[in-house]
Amino acid sequence: MMGPLLISIYVFVLAIFVGFEVITKVPPTLHTPLMSGANAISGITLVGSLYAAQTGEVTVSNLLGCLAIVLASINVVGGFLVTDRMLKMFGKKKR
Amino acid sequence: MNAPAAVDPGALSAVVVPVLYLVSAVLFIFGIKGLTRVRTARRGNLLAAGAMLLAVVTTLLDLGLVDYRWILAGLVIGGAVGAVAAVKVEMTAMPEMVALFNGAGGGASMLVALAVLWLEVLELDPLLVAGTVAGALGPDSALSTMLSILIGAVTLSGSVVAYLKLQGKISGQPILLPGRHAVNALLLAGALGLGVWAAFFAQGHALIGGLAAAVALASLVLGIMLVIPIGGADMPVVISLLNSYSGLAAAATGFVLNNNLLIISGALVGASGLILTQIMCVAMNRTLANVLFGGFGVQAEAPGGAGSDYGPVRSYGAEDAALVLESAETVVFVPGYGLAVAQAQHVVRELADLLAKRGCKVTYGIHPVAGRMPGHMNVLLAEADVPYEQLLEMDKVNPEFKQTDVVIVVGANDVVNPAAEKVPGSPVYGMPVLQVWEAGTVMLIKRSLSPGFAGIKNELFEYENTMMLFGDAKEMLQELLAEMKRAAAA
Repeated sequence: MMGPLLISIYVFVLAIFVGFEVITKVPPTLHTPLMSGANAISGITLVGSLYAAQTGEVTVSNLLGCLAIVLASINVVGGFLVTDRMLKMFGKKKR
Repeated sequence: MNAPAAVDPGALSAVVVPVLYLVSAVLFIFGIKGLTRVRTARRGNLLAAGAMLLAVVTTLLDLGLVDYRWILAGLVIGGAVGAVAAVKVEMTAMPEMVALFNGAGGGASMLVALAVLWLEVLELDPLLVAGTVAGALGPDSALSTMLSILIGAVTLSGSVVAYLKLQGKISGQPILLPGRHAVNALLLAGALGLGVWAAFFAQGHALIGGLAAAVALASLVLGIMLVIPIGGADMPVVISLLNSYSGLAAAATGFVLNNNLLIISGALVGASGLILTQIMCVAMNRTLANVLFGGFGVQAEAPGGAGSDYGPVRSYGAEDAALVLESAETVVFVPGYGLAVAQAQHVVRELADLLAKRGCKVTYGIHPVAGRMPGHMNVLLAEADVPYEQLLEMDKVNPEFKQTDVVIVVGANDVVNPAAEKVPGSPVYGMPVLQVWEAGTVMLIKRSLSPGFAGIKNELFEYENTMMLFGDAKEMLQELLAEMKRAAAA
């Protein structure tokens, strides 16, 4: 039987390989949007921060968690929006 | 998916939540795959954004009825700041923006790990927690907490330094402190050592809290020290690498929370950042270690002469350049960082349109590391409505130069330096470059003869077929455009 840590490591390693396989050949045109889009995805840590700020009391963990939510949502909202803004420009046809 | 503080241990969190997280992870994979093709990129991004929304809603469901005040406040503030920044930022400032977003992601991961440490260990009744962090969280979660703090903090401070360098608030030149390798090794060993101590051996609230803070502090300093010595033109590599780190930090947080969604998404981002890092390094013919530790551009004593040592160069005005352009049938623009600085992308396109109207074939030659982040030039030219079919990669455009009448280099230097092919021993020797010198005429728009980032002379300036057009890129192109229009009207 595998312990939870081992399963997590399996998942991590396999996901890295999925990442390498999926992103094999990216045209240079898309390097910046790919980076900022991936960057937005790394804001998934937002999910973790939600678990950390779930009571109403003023505690260290709540303050840290709330600050984490602020930073992570800047990352997520800003990242996806700015990527969309860039990609909209690529889609435009010649006038 | 045992979130540490999940309120409802019932069916919802046991089955529904993990399944929804899995859906979200799969959507992220499809989204990131979409981002690798121009036609599907926008949909891919939307898909990833949808996956994020699903993940957040699922988490809120999983939390059940808790006090949402802190959560809502954080979401609203962060979302608003992010949205305003994303809408307002100039396309030329995209590298700075991405650096800051990277830093925010890394910082968030660090804070989550710290918050978990407080929530799960330090804020519990002292009588209940007699042992170590490892005793309270389990050894693996304890260790990942420290790793998450470390990677997150390095990402945060490294990104802020990268941002300041890109903004010009601190020098873009490499800043080399004596003994920095030893200091960095010490900081890393210190952070790891303190982390292990805090996770496995330390007892008592004050000590554990203090050690965790010390790990964060040492890692923040390490992040600054790692990016400070790296010069401006190496920023594409650094930003890609920090991008990768921000993913790894999220994955480490996933290990803390035993959350596979964080692990998968973090690993995806880590992989994509590494791929971009690799592409950038290949484009500069350098190893990652050389970029990170080399302090490139300092040892400028190389064959080919010092940066300012020039023979006669031919300086021309816009009028002369317009005369040459009028008879050109093929023109290639080669943009560099100077184009971004001068915000010259729109006037470049205007000039290109005018040339195209005269029956001239216009394309753009894009070096992979032109600018300050991967794909920087492509984004700028796309903003100016240049169709991406006209943007040619280095391998495609190099064979074309021989049949090209005029190449217009706008604010690029090292990426068109012939020394890369002709002067063995030069710091840039072996780096793939755009062979613009093969063209009939090379127009170099540049402020002065000052060397590029590599700090070496560019012989191209002295070549017979080179016309130096000294001045601000935007103003010079505007003059050129005016001259062309005047000639056309006459």
